[in-house]
This record gives sequence, structure tokens and C-alpha cells, in this order.
Amino acid sequence: MKKDDGEMAEEEKKKPCRFWIWALSSVAFRLILISFAGNLNLSSRPEVSTPLTSIRRLAEGYWLKQASMSPYAGSMYHGSPLLLSLLGPLTVQRIKGQPSHLLCSLVFVVADVLSAMLLRGIGQKLQMAYGLNARLLGLLKTPRDKGILPSGDIAALVYLWNPFTIACCVGLSTSPIENLAVISALYGAVTRKVPLAAFGLVMATHLSLYPATLTIPIIFLLGYGLDAPPLKLFLQTKKVDNEDRSTSKPTTRLPFLWKTVIHFVFWLLLWSLCVLVLCALSLTKYGGLEEMFNRTYGFILSIEDLSPNIGVFWYFFAEVFDFFRSFFLIVFHVNILFMLLPLAIRLKHRPCFLAFIYLAISSILKSYPSVGDSALYLSLWALFVNELVDMKFSFFLFCGYLGISLLSPVMHNLWIWRGTGNANFYFGNAIGYACFQIVFVVESVSAMLNHDRALKKCNSNHGEVKK
Amino acid sequence: MVRLVISWIPFLILQSFLVAIASESIEVEEFSEALLLKPLPDRKVLAHFHFENRAPPSNSHGRHHHLFPKAISQLVEKFRVKEMELSFTQGRWNHEHWGGFDPLSSMNPKPVGVELWAVFDVPHSQVDTSWKNLTHALSGLFCASINFLESSTSYAAPTWGFGPNSEKLRYGSLPREAVCTENLTPWLKLLPCRDKDGISALMNRPSVYRGFYHSQRLRLSRVESGQEGLGSGTVLEQTLTVVLQPETISAGTDMQPSWFLSSLFGRKVVGRCVLAKSSNVYVQLEGLSGHELKKLDPEREAWKNAEFELSIKPERILPETSSFLFVYDIEKYSDSEPFDLGLTWKLPSKWASQQAPLHASRFLMGSGNERGAIAILLKATESQEKLSGRDFTDGRCTVKVNIFQIFPWYVKVYYHTLQIFVDKQQKTGNEVVKKIDVSPSTDKMSSGMMEMMLELPCEVKSVAMSIEYDKGFLHIDEYPPDANQGFDIPSALISFPDHHASLDFKEEVSKSPILSKLKEKSLVRSYTEVLLVPLTTPDFSMPYNVITITCTVFALYFGSLLNVLRRRVGEEERFLKSQGKKKGGLKQLLSRLIAKIRGRPIEAPATTNESPEARSSVFSSKLVFKIILVAGAAAAWQYFSTDK
Repeated sequence: MKKDDGEMAEEEKKKPCRFWIWALSSVAFRLILISFAGNLNLSSRPEVSTPLTSIRRLAEGYWLKQASMSPYAGSMYHGSPLLLSLLGPLTVQRIKGQPSHLLCSLVFVVADVLSAMLLRGIGQKLQMAYGLNARLLGLLKTPRDKGILPSGDIAALVYLWNPFTIACCVGLSTSPIENLAVISALYGAVTRKVPLAAFGLVMATHLSLYPATLTIPIIFLLGYGLDAPPLKLFLQTKKVDNEDRSTSKPTTRLPFLWKTVIHFVFWLLLWSLCVLVLCALSLTKYGGLEEMFNRTYGFILSIEDLSPNIGVFWYFFAEVFDFFRSFFLIVFHVNILFMLLPLAIRLKHRPCFLAFIYLAISSILKSYPSVGDSALYLSLWALFVNELVDMKFSFFLFCGYLGISLLSPVMHNLWIWRGTGNANFYFGNAIGYACFQIVFVVESVSAMLNHDRALKKCNSNHGEVKK
Repeated sequence: MVRLVISWIPFLILQSFLVAIASESIEVEEFSEALLLKPLPDRKVLAHFHFENRAPPSNSHGRHHHLFPKAISQLVEKFRVKEMELSFTQGRWNHEHWGGFDPLSSMNPKPVGVELWAVFDVPHSQVDTSWKNLTHALSGLFCASINFLESSTSYAAPTWGFGPNSEKLRYGSLPREAVCTENLTPWLKLLPCRDKDGISALMNRPSVYRGFYHSQRLRLSRVESGQEGLGSGTVLEQTLTVVLQPETISAGTDMQPSWFLSSLFGRKVVGRCVLAKSSNVYVQLEGLSGHELKKLDPEREAWKNAEFELSIKPERILPETSSFLFVYDIEKYSDSEPFDLGLTWKLPSKWASQQAPLHASRFLMGSGNERGAIAILLKATESQEKLSGRDFTDGRCTVKVNIFQIFPWYVKVYYHTLQIFVDKQQKTGNEVVKKIDVSPSTDKMSSGMMEMMLELPCEVKSVAMSIEYDKGFLHIDEYPPDANQGFDIPSALISFPDHHASLDFKEEVSKSPILSKLKEKSLVRSYTEVLLVPLTTPDFSMPYNVITITCTVFALYFGSLLNVLRRRVGEEERFLKSQGKKKGGLKQLLSRLIAKIRGRPIEAPATTNESPEARSSVFSSKLVFKIILVAGAAAAWQYFSTDK
């Protein structure tokens, strides 16, 4: 027994060490790939760079701005003016003998590493909460969290070693920065750093609009606290424990921390004001904020660019009859909103998981999705390894993702470069990808609900035994 | 002799009549016709028809005209056109062989298809409307699809890169327009004698369209009188430039082909158009061993010597710096004695025509349907050293080049990828680009335009420019019927602002419009090739499949997710059933939902004790609320949709 403990302690010591080795090696791997970025040509892959995230378009916007034109003149750049002033100068600076955009790549590597670290922080918090809850429910006997997987380390490594993340980082798409904003918002909410949460949310919404849906999970996180099994279970357990001593009426409601939430809303307004003022300042000479909203959010919502990407809307709107266009635009965008409420009701007690589901759904129904969005939700998914161990179809889904990411370049090549295939080849691939994502989301939700059910069952059994 | 005198009589009468009118007032409409023939170094012959119709500023006749075509004058009046040029072209001007530095080859070569530019005399806000109306009017007038230039994606507003500097200039071109006789006939209708008489009678359709190049041009310009209340006059200049290959039994490959007008056109000139003030035929011979010619007696031997012979004695010979112009007046020819000029070569002769300082060509780079690059290559010609008109700034000899290019929106150009190589060495923008103006294209809204001025050292051998682009993806309805043929990028215009071409006649020439036109300094310019860009096509046959499959997938998502969310198992089901026995199914579900939202356990069915009236009032208020919500949404939708 003692020996066992010693081994465990050693392992505990080793584990962070191993984590750091893996993390550093992923950074090294990225740096190696960056030096071959010119040959890999990942930046022109439609799966990696969409009209919103392409660095080439950003460079064009910067050039236009330098030529004292609005960066939104023409229909090249659709990103944020802040990102333009941050990354723009880096696109023109070249170090002799190095591939172009090297500095940008380094920025993306840093963003990836930061995201991974924040994910690790989120994971550690969640892991602690999981352990605590399990002990409270009496499911875990030993004080040590034996059998609980270190979800933080796993999520961070999944993020760092996900081929999708690596492709986005090396392929010079701005999605690592968008992901960083999303993850920092979640990190802020999990660690109750309200200003950080608000800042992350505002930046993420400013960069790509869809993370606006995260307001709901973040408010839940701040109001109710971290992911936990449903409240009913605790009440049951308490009942069992305090049956004899029961004098106080058990509270049926979890306290909602209005103060923190109001604090959060205040910061949210403050940061949005800051961002808007900064954007207005950088665009005063040109069209101002109105042009910015038209060219960024308007472009996202009206799906003007029909160039192929990993989503399905480009082809749908290239083929759909013009008089149905606005109808379908509304239907598809509302599809994201439709699911917000049911999910929020059902998964109220698990706000982090709710955030993951929202991100996954918006990455399915996004106008211009890229694999960077999948990279984000896949690593968030890894935060819940403890809860989702019983997820169905995981091997099937893994094979599906693998198959799609291998077939997509092939189909694109056949259609665009060789001209031997037609658009349906690539579109079929995109439909397949959408299907796999849908199955993934549905199965995750189902697995999480089943987990809660299992907990309940376990708990009631446990109670009966105690009785 | 007697016959000749008789044939002269009507002419004399007419002339005296005209002189009488002319002396009466200067406000007279004038029409003149001319034909310039020029053998080209590569055994071809250039025929340049030039008709000028002048309507002087006048208000004496109101809206009536003697000679000037009414259709055109109405056009000018209605759309307030200050200057306009319309050209229909087939074939490409061969700058290397046919010349690039004389007035003929800088004014007349036009891009393939239809090119139209116009300057308007209207306020800024109305320029686009005027342009749109003008394109429609011209489209009807010339039986061509000029109305396609109406859409904002097909025209541009160059500020300085294209010749005339004006902010009210609009420029558009249709590279794919097929030019044929249905465009020539309405054009001929504008001439007072049509093609029935005079020089235009030579325009035999088969021979004109058999040529290697033909460009039919119409140029309008308004002349302000300067006097109060007099209005403005209009000058209509119509030219037709054809390059023909004379049919000869070749006498050796070195020998230039000999030709007659009748062999070139299959017709002869049988007399002048009686309405014309002047009708002349000119033959320009250039690049002849000049010093030899100078020795010859111009009156006797210049047109008939050991090297060549003109079949008819010219009336005048105008020497120019590098060429001779033989002038014929066709007033004295008639049906019985038609004018059939011929040129017979006796010795093999070789010459080269004058070249522009740089020869321009344009091509596409890259493969596949995703992206590519457009490259413009400027190569120094042999004549570069000889040319004057250079700009010596800071003791450096430089030559300036203007490049004007329109990009359709589906060619999404990345202007930051512009690379310039001078003599195969990459240069940064500031070194060679003196001025660059860009207006980027907006998807489905406007075409892009690039105006660029390069300042190159005189000793430059070659300049290469490349600019990358992404190919756009169009909506299924935006493809033309032959989608796989590809899309055209209109020609780029290369001009040399410091170089001007003109014929420099040694002696004062008569007031012939064509000669004054040739004498005028004109900007040296050349058009590049039209580029054909293949774009990826979607599957045209299966829009329904795409729509149904996509919608099915999303229905699947919605359904299955909702199913998972509201699934109940085991005890929950039983609990639900036991509860359901007490209450109505729907009511109970609703109360559960409310309880869920409030986060409270389900209340005891106290509500059942409520009076039915109260319940119904609650429901009705909910119903009213819902109706108001829907109506509000509908009103908002209506408001926003009508606002557009």
C-alpha cells in the first residue's frame, strides 16, 4: 500500500513534466512547419482560411489602409480594424532570407500556447469541481482523486496537437486569435475574473460575431458557479445524510450571484464601448462604424462570398433561387438561436458544457466555417473526458473526422485544380462533415445527460443502501 | 477633252454655289471624306477611311440639319455628351509590324470588341445615369449589346490613366462583342452618301471583313462657340481602319505585293460624294531609303521610280520626316473614268515601321480555378534610343509609362501582391512607381480599376509586372449560357505620356481634316491582349438536390438534438405518468416548463382550483401578447424591406 502511494506521488510529479514536454514539442513542431510554410501552402486551403480569417485579405486591407483608402474598400477584408492595426504591420515586415509572414506565424504560435495554458487552467478548475462534487455525492471514497483524469492537461494537449489547430496556426488564418479570445472569456468566467471574462467575450464577438451566444453560459458560470451535477442530487444526498437531524428546510434553489452578474454586465458594456471607440478612431477617415458593421457583421450574415469552404452554405446560396435567398438566410441563422433556449434550460447546471455545445453548433451553422472552429470545440470537448467516457459512436466519429480531413483536399483538388470532378464532390464532403459534427453534438449532449442520469441512479442506490 | 469639260461643269456650278453659301455665313455644316492607303512592311495594306461631319455652333436652323445625322445630334443634346468615342474592332493591331509610333497607330488601334468612353457635361451625381441612358441609346443605334455596359460592374471612371483627364469620364469595354456587318450598316447610315457614292462606296462587305484587322470608330466632340446663346457645335468623326492582304501572284517572297484599289476592295471609286466638301485619297509610303528619294525630283520621279510606281500621277506630294504622302483629289473622276489607284513594286523593298518605346503584352500565370496572376510585360523596342520626348529629371533620363487596367469583380485582385521586375531585378514600389491609384472591386457591385504611372530609366530592356488574384465564385444565375468558355478581362491600356506621335509635314498643308488630324500631336498608346479567365462552375443541373439535401441535414440536426433534450427515461417517465393522471397532458407539461425556468420544484396542483375565467383570461392575455409579437415582427420586417 505504501509502495503504491509512493508510485502515485512519483507519477504525480512526473505528469506535469510529461505535459510540459509534450507542449514544448508541439511548439517545436509548429516552428518546424512554419519554416516550410511556403511549401505547405496551407494558407490557401479553403478549409483553413475563410474570407474572414485569411491573412492575405488582411494584408490587402492593410495595404489599402496604407494607400489612404478604407480597408473595407472593395470586398477583400472583412475582419476587425483592431486586428488590422495589430497584425497589419507584421504582414509587410520581412526578415531577410525568411519566409514572408514569419512574424505573423509567431504571433499565432504564441496565441495557441496561451490558449492551451488557459484551457489547462479551466480544466484544472473543472477537475477539482468534479472531484469535489463526486465526494459530496459520496461517489468517491478516497480523498485522492484517483480515477479522475487530468482533463486540463488533456484538453491543452488536444488543443496543441490537434492537426486542425496546427493547420490553422501554420496556415496563417486569424482563427487562433479568435479562439484565444473565446477561451480567455471562459477562463475568466471559470476563475471568476469578471473583467477578463467580459473582455474575452467582447473581443470574440467583435472578431467573429458568433461567440455572442456565449453570454448565456458565462452568466450561468458567474451566477451559479462551475459545472456540477443537478441540484436535486445534492438535495437527495443531504436528505439521506441529515434525515435524522433534519431541522432546517433544504434550500431548493441554488443562490444566483446577481452582484457578480451585474458586475459582468458593467464590464461588458465598458469593454464594448472601448472597442467601439477604438474602431471608430481607426476608421474616422473612412466610412466609420457603419461601414465596419456592414462589412464585417453584414458580410457574415448575408453570405456574399460564395467561394468554397468546409461548410455547406456557400454552395447552397450559389444554387438557391434568388427570391428564396433571404428566407433561407433567416432560417439558417435562426437555427442557431432556436437551440439556445432548450439547451440553456436542460444544461443549466453545466455552463461550461453549454458553452462547448454552443460553440459546436455555431461552428456547424457558421457562414464561413473553418477547421479552426472545430479545433476549438474539440479541445473544449476534451475538458469533459470524465463525464463523457460513455459517449457513443466515438470511434465512428473519429474515423469520420479523419476521413473528411483526408478527403476534403482530394475533392478540392479534383474539382478546382484538375477539373475532373465537379462541385458536388466537394459539397458532398462538406455535407458529410456537417453530418459528423451534428452526430458529435447530439451524442455529446446525450452522453452528458446520461451521465447525470447515471449519477442519479447511483446516488439513489447509494441512499437506499445507506437506509 | 470635251467630255472632261462637261463633267467639270456641274462641279464648277456646285463649287461656286458652295463658295457663295460659305461667303454668306460661316455657320455651315461641312462633310469631308478621305482615304489613306499605306503599304505595311509585312506585305499588307492599311486602308484608313476618314469621314468628318461638322455641325458648327448655330441656332439659325433650330434642330434641323443639312448633313449632320439627326440621331447623333439628338444623342448629344439629350445626354449632354461632351466627348465620346465608340469603336467596334475585330482582330488585334500588330504593333511590331504595323507601327506603334505614328498617329495612325496610336489613334486607331482599339481593343477587341466594343469600347466606349464618354465625357459628360452634367453634374457629378447624374453622370452615371447619363452613361446608362447613353449605352441604351447607342445599343439601339448600332445593333450591338452596348447596353451591357450599363451595369456598374462593367464600367469604370478613370481619372488620369486613360487619355482625357476628367472626373466625368466613364469607360467601358465589351471584349466578347462580335462585330459584323449589322454594326457597319447603321454606322454607314450616318454618312450623307451612305455607301452609295464617294469613297465609302469602296466598302464592299466581304473584302472589309476578310481583312486581318478592322476597327470602326465613331468619335464625337462638342465645340463650344464661345458666343452667348449660340449653343455648341458638334464634330462627328467616323473612321474605318482595315488591314488587307492584297491578292497577288507572288513574285518572290521578298517582293512587296502590288495592288490596285479594285483588287483590294473589289470596287473602284466612281466619283465623289457630292455633299462632301473635300474628298481625297492619300497614299503614304514610309521608311523608303530617304536620302535617295530626296535626291529625286519630287514632281517627276517620286511617284514613278526604279523601286515602285503609282499608277496615277498624284496631284501633290507632301514630304514628311520619314515618309511621303501622295495626294489625289477624286473630284475629277466619274462613272466613265473611275479612280483605280494602283501601286506596283519593281524591286524588293524592306522597311520597318516606327515603334513605341516599349512593346506591351499581357498574359495569365498559374493554373487551376482557384487563383492566378496577371502579368504585363514591357519590352524595349529597337527604336527606343532614337525617340525623343524623354524626361530628363535630376539628370536622369527616364521614360514614363501609364498603365490603365480594369478588373471585373470576379477577378479579385490583391493589390499588395504587385511585383515589378525591371531588367529581371525586383524593385520595390517606390523606386519605379511614380503614382498609383487603385479602386478595388466590390463583389457584384463594381469593377476594380488600377491606374499606375511607372518611371523607368531609358536604358531599360524589359519590365515585368505581376499581380495576384483569386477567382470569384458566382451565383448559378450569373453565369452566361456558355459558362465553361471563361470570362474576359478587358484589355489594359499602356500609354506613354511623354511621347506624342504626329506627322511633321515640311510645308503648310491644306485644311484637310485628315491631314490636320495626322498633324495633331497624339498620345502614343497601345492596348494589350484580352485575357480569358476560366472560372469554376457549380453544377447547373441539380439546384433542387442541393437545397433538399442541405435542408434535410439541418432538419436532422434540429430534430435529433431536440429529441435528446426532451427524452425521459425510467423513473422520470413513471413520475410523469403519475403526474399526468392528475393533470391534463399539455397543461402539466407547461407547468413543468415554467417550473424548470423558475428553477422551482413543481408546485402542487393548486392552480386547478382557480376559476376557469381567470385561467382563460391568463390564456387570452398570452394569446394577445403572442399576436402582438408576431404583428410587431411583421411590421418591422415590412419596414425594413420597404426601406431598401
